[in-house]
Amino acid sequence: MLKLVDIDFFANTEKGRKDILKGINLEINDGFTVVTGPNGGGKSSLAKVISGLYKPTGGRLYLNGEDITDLGITERAKAGISYAFQQPVRFKGITVKDLITIAAGREISVSEACEFLSSVGLCARDYIDREVNSSLSGGELKRIEIASVLARGTEFAVFDEPEAGIDLWSFNSLIKVFEKMRERTHGSIMIISHQERILEIADRIVVISDGRVEREGPKDEILPGLMYDRTCPRLDGINS
Amino acid sequence: MNIDFDMKDVAAVGRGLLDSIAGLTEIPSGAFNIRADGKSIGRASTKAVEIISKKDKPGINIIIAPGTTGETVYIPVILTEPGLQDLVYNDFYIGEAATVEIIAGCGIHNDSCTESRHDGIHTFHVGKNAHVKYVERHYGEGNGEGTNVMNPTTVVNIEKNGYMEMETTQIKGVDSTERVTRATLGEGARIVISEKIMTHGRQHATTDFKVDMNGEGSTANVVSRSVARDDSRQQFNADLRGNNRCHGHSECDAIIMDNAVVSSLPQITANSTEAELIHEAAIGKIAGEQLEKLMSLGLTEKEAEDKIIGGFLK
Repeated sequence: MLKLVDIDFFANTEKGRKDILKGINLEINDGFTVVTGPNGGGKSSLAKVISGLYKPTGGRLYLNGEDITDLGITERAKAGISYAFQQPVRFKGITVKDLITIAAGREISVSEACEFLSSVGLCARDYIDREVNSSLSGGELKRIEIASVLARGTEFAVFDEPEAGIDLWSFNSLIKVFEKMRERTHGSIMIISHQERILEIADRIVVISDGRVEREGPKDEILPGLMYDRTCPRLDGINS
Repeated sequence: MNIDFDMKDVAAVGRGLLDSIAGLTEIPSGAFNIRADGKSIGRASTKAVEIISKKDKPGINIIIAPGTTGETVYIPVILTEPGLQDLVYNDFYIGEAATVEIIAGCGIHNDSCTESRHDGIHTFHVGKNAHVKYVERHYGEGNGEGTNVMNPTTVVNIEKNGYMEMETTQIKGVDSTERVTRATLGEGARIVISEKIMTHGRQHATTDFKVDMNGEGSTANVVSRSVARDDSRQQFNADLRGNNRCHGHSECDAIIMDNAVVSSLPQITANSTEAELIHEAAIGKIAGEQLEKLMSLGLTEKEAEDKIIGGFLK
């Protein structure tokens, strides 16, 4: 369980201080939590604060009761947090197998690595020795990114817009990946998404807007309101 | 003429160098010449590969018979005598339609306070339809103040439809290097050069390529990847000259760290309207997001850095 208490985050820009997260209080429990809300509302910054890429300027984070606020990226990863980047990173010379091996944290066999790739819909044989560089399409990189988080198998995972760029692969497959992952880890999966079909698998939905938690609760409570709000320009990111 | 040779006759330091530069732990099965501290200490020719000493200057001629297939030739050089200055001329004659792999390389162990230096001038005559893979690794070690210097010059002439793949690597311990490569390509001839360099400390590396694509349909691909750490300096020069219908591509990609300096001067010259030439050059530090990604998978910053560099120079 991840608990965020009064999380603030601001960035210093050319135009001065920009408040991005403004006193976020949130408990993310086991199961699926889908975080949604308008673009620029602070969702990705929240994911980066959780994974340690951003250091909050105020507030505390607790993972299973342990204060992890002062831990860096590596320590958070070791504590059991995984983070799938919205924009996967490219590497010259690092192969898909290398990346999956690093993620698994131990030497893994080719067939094990292939299993992770197959579960994200990639024909493993074709990819295992490819470099994670710009010769791969955005969609392929995105699936490899998801596979790297699967390989970690931690009890807490955050996915930033996992569906973006996954054009040819059906949503059903993506959702099956998340379901299988939950079966395996029995942990918490936090997904940042605008997609109705991802919102539908949520146990809880959190709406972040203007750096604050605007609404939060069980899917059945929150989702109908979001669907109604689809005409509202403030939530224009939500579409199916 | 074969020179009697036993690996046991080489001191442990030399054996370590041979392993580092050429992966040699025992006597190679095919043709070879091992040069240690300025002289040949072991040599063997085969039916298809003849190695003979030059009469007018230090060095050897390596003659590969036309139509040869499946031969690998080892010609490593090691320097363990402190402060030795070694100059060698090696000429390779690759017969028509021969396919051969040549493993060269130079290892210096220098514990002294004087400079150890190896200058190798290699000239390749690649015959029609011949196919050569040339691998060269440079490595230095030792605890003295004396510097390890290696200045390899490679001159390549490729005849009609010949092909040469050149893979050069300098990973460690070479304090100063000036690498010069000159290639002339005939009709349909192709050359692929891949260079990997890592410099650290106060090392200095200059690399200079010039390829003349004279023949119709010739192609050249020159790719250099380097990492410059600490206070080291690197200079990359490449000039691809398209003198006919040809295709040339050069790419210099460098990671810069600490207080290092990297300079890149890619040049392309078209002397024909049918020449297609491209150059790419990029210098940059390791991207922060690359470190962050690997750290988010559980690596420390140092481990992430090593993975990124290891992959880049793989």
